Amino acid sequence: MEEIKTGVYICHCGLNIAGTVDVEEVARYAGTLPNVVVARDYRYMCSDPGQALIKDDIKNLGLNRVVVASCSPRMHEPTFRRACQDAGLNPYLYEHANIREHCSWVHDDRQVATEKAKDLVRAAVMRVALQEPLEIKERPLNPNVLIVGGGIAGIQASLDIANGEHRVYLVEKEPAIGGHMAQLDRTFPTLDCSECILTPKMTEVGQHPFITLLAYSEVEDIAGSVGNFKVRVRKKARYVDEEKCTGCGVCEEKCPWKVDSEFEMGLGKRGVIYIPFAQAIPHVATIDKERCVYFLKGKCRACEKFCDAKAVNFEQKDEIVELEVGSIILTTGYDLFDARRISQYGYGSYDNVLTGLEFERMTCAAGPTGGKILLKDGREPERVAIVHCVGSRDQNYHEYCSRVCCMYGLKYAHLIKELTKAEVYQMYIDMRCFGEGFEEFYRRVCDEGVNFIRGKVAKVTNVALTEEEQGKLIVIAEDTLLGGIIRVPVDMVILCTALEPRSDAEDVAKLLTINRRADGFFLEKHVKLDPVATATDGVFIAGCCEGPKDIPDTVAQASAAAAKALSVISRGRVVIEPTVAQVNEVLCQACGRCEEICDFHAPKVISKDGVRVSSVDAALCKGCGACAVVCPTGAMSVRHSTREQITSMVEALLEV
Amino acid sequence: MAEFEPKIIALCCNWCTYAAADIAGTSRIHYPSNVRIVRVMCSGMVDPIYILKAFEMGADGVLIAGCHEADCHYLNGPPKCDAMFEKMKRVVNMLGLEDGRLRREMISTSEAPIFAQVIEGMVKQIKKLGHSPLQERVKV
Repeated sequence: MEEIKTGVYICHCGLNIAGTVDVEEVARYAGTLPNVVVARDYRYMCSDPGQALIKDDIKNLGLNRVVVASCSPRMHEPTFRRACQDAGLNPYLYEHANIREHCSWVHDDRQVATEKAKDLVRAAVMRVALQEPLEIKERPLNPNVLIVGGGIAGIQASLDIANGEHRVYLVEKEPAIGGHMAQLDRTFPTLDCSECILTPKMTEVGQHPFITLLAYSEVEDIAGSVGNFKVRVRKKARYVDEEKCTGCGVCEEKCPWKVDSEFEMGLGKRGVIYIPFAQAIPHVATIDKERCVYFLKGKCRACEKFCDAKAVNFEQKDEIVELEVGSIILTTGYDLFDARRISQYGYGSYDNVLTGLEFERMTCAAGPTGGKILLKDGREPERVAIVHCVGSRDQNYHEYCSRVCCMYGLKYAHLIKELTKAEVYQMYIDMRCFGEGFEEFYRRVCDEGVNFIRGKVAKVTNVALTEEEQGKLIVIAEDTLLGGIIRVPVDMVILCTALEPRSDAEDVAKLLTINRRADGFFLEKHVKLDPVATATDGVFIAGCCEGPKDIPDTVAQASAAAAKALSVISRGRVVIEPTVAQVNEVLCQACGRCEEICDFHAPKVISKDGVRVSSVDAALCKGCGACAVVCPTGAMSVRHSTREQITSMVEALLEV
Repeated sequence: MAEFEPKIIALCCNWCTYAAADIAGTSRIHYPSNVRIVRVMCSGMVDPIYILKAFEMGADGVLIAGCHEADCHYLNGPPKCDAMFEKMKRVVNMLGLEDGRLRREMISTSEAPIFAQVIEGMVKQIKKLGHSPLQERVKV
């Protein structure tokens, strides 16, 4: 067997490590450990000269194992593996000791920290001796991209990728794309109309030769890994032939049954067969099966009779579409906080307590009131209160700030001033106007004579105490600037409800094995330096599924995710992780326990030359090691995490 | 005589608890230096051998920590680890080790303060228990 020659390098990390750990002493000690032929300390091992030390020693001293003790391996293990590889050493013959995050940064006592660093280095030296070179294989990659969610984030990402002439499958669960942005009236702080800037993009998606739009569809299953995902999509039956439907809208007109429109937030009606809104893409009708009288009672079919294009098809069935893609972008957006949960605000009990999105539809010229701000009885309000932070910045609901409410609250104040003669009261905790042009807009609205009351609203009631309050909604709040409880009688209350994770975020996270933060939004790979990647290679996130944000930030993130996907595509191949399970066929008794415990169907008991043994499909194996734990004979092990390797560390750490 | 300083081995999953310990470092959240962390890819990868080896070698405590069930990078590692842990708890009891020497925790990436609290709590508890009773026996 080849003699093991290990080089050990102790990083000072400036004073980050050297300030607490006696790095020279650790290096001296490392030199006394078995197999170590060279041990050095250096100011910054990750720098070019630091890496050159390793490369030169590999070449000049014939090192065949390398250990660096520095920051977390999550930071620089790839750097030093690459350095080894550059010098011709297999990167899996490298081991990393974490003496910064796990030592110098969490302990004060120099002696204690130095002893701990020595232990960690000793464990790494013992482990690396047992490490084996692993072969890194590459396989071709599918350049197609799946984008889940057709709001502005999904639309932007789709266009960026499709304009690079790569196939995009855009899956949207609603009958039309556009998401929440399509429901907005004007966008802060420029007050440009949301539809006007969104519609051209939606049309482009609908017509793009490289975008396959699967609207009214849901992703049911995703298998595989970066480069080769297999996706199953259920295309729900619209009971209308998308190819034949001309979107003329006659069916909806003739449909005798009208129900609350989801798009209009229940302020307007739609037919049971309907096109959700005027600019909908795809511009085709959908039958709401749950509420269609034909489906419920077996009679009607009025829409079918009036459809000249013969597009209505009551026999249509859900269709299962199988897709193959190389990367996935999640742009699934957000849900709005249900204002009923804070019952003291009276949403659902009082007619004129609205949510922001309902008010949004009201100010929209194409909306249910034709752009007029009206009370339920058709009058114009004389006083309006805008309540901030409904469900946000509240320990009982969501601790985070929803980031958009201050600004849209200001926008509402401006629109109320512009469209009515009403007095406006903003009830806020803090005004957070941090974006481009936001502060200027805040000042503009202040100058328009809007009243700002700093304090959280306790209650909205219709119980009047004075004559002035009769027939009004009374907003009770603590004015923290005046230091007293105030009662503001108004006609209309607008609740700025929190943005929250989609109710099915947990299922989606499980499907793709990505993580969620404590608040439920999807977790990025690194909060600052890798904000659109996830723990799963080839899966990216953008927009509000990652956390509340406004349209410019959403679009920027969507383009970032698209760039990440394009970089996967342009590389053209994926590296297959060699750190997967392997079977020692001599020891294997073909008991099948590995097959039973594996969630990825990687090990299978097969017949090989007439002998039954377990065999691992490396493409399916994720290297979690569950099979190795249950294997009764020790035949199963995970490369680079073998029993011997991990035991050697445990032993080494307790040796002294 | 110097105060008894227990030796604790923490087997931490790469994706959650190891990362939580990293963030404890980045955030300079201090905790007792008695713990030595060994990185494993998944808590479901922790083999009973590691626990037995640690106690055999004189560890005063062993912590197995990884993702919460919903966060697992490998779908279902935590319940597999739980099943192993329940069995091993009985085994280490049979060996004469007191409750609290073998501990199982779920600590996600965002829970660095919890990681530090767990280590503090464990060190405190084991200081009360004293040296592992196995140490003397192994020496004999």
